[in-house]
Amino acid sequence: MEHISHAKTYWVVWAALMCLMVATVVLSRVPMPGPLNTLIALGIAAAKATLVILFFMHLRYENYTLISVVFVAGLFWLLIFFGLTLVDYASRHVLGVPGH
Amino acid sequence: MSASTTEAVAQHSLQHHFSTMEQQRESTTLGMWIFLVTEIMFFGGLFTAYLVYRLAHPDVWEYASRHEMEFWLGTINTTILLCSSLTVALSVHAIQLGHRKLCAILLFITVLMGCGFLVVKGFEYHKHYVDGSVPGPWWHMHVERPDGSTMPAPNTYQLFFYLYFVMTGLHALHVTIGIVLLAIIGLWAWQGKYTAEYHNPVHISGLYWHFVDLVWIFLFPLLYLIAGK
Repeated sequence: MEHISHAKTYWVVWAALMCLMVATVVLSRVPMPGPLNTLIALGIAAAKATLVILFFMHLRYENYTLISVVFVAGLFWLLIFFGLTLVDYASRHVLGVPGH
Repeated sequence: MSASTTEAVAQHSLQHHFSTMEQQRESTTLGMWIFLVTEIMFFGGLFTAYLVYRLAHPDVWEYASRHEMEFWLGTINTTILLCSSLTVALSVHAIQLGHRKLCAILLFITVLMGCGFLVVKGFEYHKHYVDGSVPGPWWHMHVERPDGSTMPAPNTYQLFFYLYFVMTGLHALHVTIGIVLLAIIGLWAWQGKYTAEYHNPVHISGLYWHFVDLVWIFLFPLLYLIAGK
């Protein structure tokens, strides 16, 4: 059967999303060494996305081993996309490809 | 057949190729998720391009994000989209309980917030146009040297703005489609087309809107929040 959450759950998730948004905005203004700012910003974005997917999009409640498989397969393909592209672009200066 | 299924067949809300309402609901949900995964791959190409060029020109990305992006307008738009995701989630919740007027009202509020998002985006685009940071024949952006004088921005700066306009433009197109979709679904919900037993269109349109929100959740830090110093 279709799961029906308490309306309160949505408000709590929304409050958490707003807190994370304030956190990411504030932390982006704090100078940090190296790529730390970017990594923190992406970590917070991933946390927000997880909340939206699990609660607003009901992935947590759906019976859906099947839907999880579809979704994770999508993420996996995205990682292949990023990963194999970077194997080329991020190694060019290491290997000394002409023109780079 | 259960009583609710018999009733649904009578109301034509159960399509003939499904045996039960539950099977129909699970099928439409799965179908929507498969579509959304193809959308992830669609945006994935742009995120990959962003990744490659940001790694190639990190200083350009940092400068453009810090000096050219409208930090506060981006933050306002993020707030608007997160709130609109809440109202969509609540509208699905309302129809699950059979409150169809409340469902419609929440969808209309979402539509208004979506329009607000586009208006803010329009102000940003106009600002970039005035600043000359729209790539192509309108391009006349200038950057500051360390000594405070200005010089024409090197062409690598156009790369950032190409990606900025294509990514936010494609996202804005999705917002526009979502607005039209939710407005129609809201109207039908108001007219009583959906019930506690049958509301798949509300549910999967809601999924679409949450997806639009998800894309923005990543666009916001990647475009507006690059390392402040």
